[in-house]
Amino acid sequence: MQKYSILNLVKEAFNKHEGWEVAWKDPNPKKEYDVIIIGGGGHGLATAYYLAKEHKITNVAIIEKGWIGGGNVGRNTTIIRSNYMHDENGLFYEKSMKLWRSMSQDLNFNVMFSPRGIINLAHSDAQMNSYSRRGNSMRLNGIDALLLNREELKKIVPMLDFSENVRFPIFGGLMQPSGGTARHDAVAWGYARQADSMGVDIIQHCEVTGFDIVNGKIKGVKTSKGEIKSKKVGLCVAGNTSVLAEMLNMTLPIETHLLQACVSEPIKPILNHVVTFGAGHFYCSQSDKGEMVMGGDLDGYNSYAQRGNLPTLQHVLTEGIAMFPFLSKLKMLRTWGGIMDMSMDGSPIIDKTHIEGLYLNCGWCYGGFKATPASGWTFAHTIAQDRPHELNTGYSLNRFSTGRLIDEKGLGTKTWIS
Amino acid sequence: MLHIKCPHCGLRSQNEFSYGGDATIKRPELNKEISDKDWDNFVYLRKSPRGKHLELWQHISGCRQWIKVERDTLTHEILKTLKANEEI
Repeated sequence: MQKYSILNLVKEAFNKHEGWEVAWKDPNPKKEYDVIIIGGGGHGLATAYYLAKEHKITNVAIIEKGWIGGGNVGRNTTIIRSNYMHDENGLFYEKSMKLWRSMSQDLNFNVMFSPRGIINLAHSDAQMNSYSRRGNSMRLNGIDALLLNREELKKIVPMLDFSENVRFPIFGGLMQPSGGTARHDAVAWGYARQADSMGVDIIQHCEVTGFDIVNGKIKGVKTSKGEIKSKKVGLCVAGNTSVLAEMLNMTLPIETHLLQACVSEPIKPILNHVVTFGAGHFYCSQSDKGEMVMGGDLDGYNSYAQRGNLPTLQHVLTEGIAMFPFLSKLKMLRTWGGIMDMSMDGSPIIDKTHIEGLYLNCGWCYGGFKATPASGWTFAHTIAQDRPHELNTGYSLNRFSTGRLIDEKGLGTKTWIS
Repeated sequence: MLHIKCPHCGLRSQNEFSYGGDATIKRPELNKEISDKDWDNFVYLRKSPRGKHLELWQHISGCRQWIKVERDTLTHEILKTLKANEEI
């Protein structure tokens, strides 16, 4: 594979940039693979990459019904963090942080990882106490956490509304300095290019229409491009998991919901961190192009529509303006929606299933992007070794029936309440 | 904006309603022996179909009644609304 480097860039500059190879091929599916990954999003691509890199399994197909980068990997707000309290989450997402830090080098693709720090605002004494507890839990798991008071926050995010007479005054915040953002398209393209170079077939515009299961064992999948055999199949189709589950006669602890995001017109640099509102659900960062990238609540009803309604956007941006009054002066550039698996405890599922050779990766709620590398890494391990890695043992499918939930937010099963 | 026809009040905007989830889920009967599997089904497992979905909404800023809504989860089209005690 052609290496992306400053030398090659200069060389190609003299060659009118006509010598660049395609980043990944467009193969027809073979009759049989060692592993089939359904879903060519970030998690599916990362899974194929780590299957090839860590487990030397390269006879792998990724089946994608749309195109690479067209799903949630290109629709999220690019936030990366590991500021979780529960051990299962903290350790898993910290593994992800480690992989993020070396991703551009590993993939030979600049994913523009920017550890600019993420700050969760607190609006009461009780919330400061709760953040202090979460910060301590994070530190015990080796994750960086800083509790900031109001005066410290004024220095680093001066454009927040620090007035005394607001409904939700700012008391302080919890910061994870190593959190940040990355360019989401580059993550998809980088994983796709490397996976392809190691022999993985990326088959786009190929929809799964059924499964071939004999005596409780998976034998292959039926697709719009014909039947493909494989003894191991991994599902990585966040948002559409329940649709595939129905084909498998499985009912999962998941509902598919709709989440919107938006960006403003680009402005000069004003916000150096990712900041989240603590009295509702709103988060904001500034992209390298200068757009304010914003998101918040789910639309709140089951949906596969990938587009939302204005009342939710209005509600979310009202919180944004309460936090950053200057946002009210900006024009909206784009809004869009994505659909996601909302699991019943807010945590993902990476596990085997009752069907031999069928593996499940789902339930990412609205936090899947930051998990991309660790999700791929642990799912590849689960598929290759036919058992979960210790990092994803907690993300089991049976934790709901056994009561071993990982309910980080303590919200219970009402996934539409965010 | 969704427009939901409340069977008690008529056509109203989505802002007046709050969502209550899948209306086909039945609570296990209390005076019978209930297995862990039954509780699992009731509390956690959802079909979450792409297409027709029968769901509960509450007209919380209106008549405050719970209602049933049949809605397409792919197009957001509202196909039918019923009183909470009516069957489709």
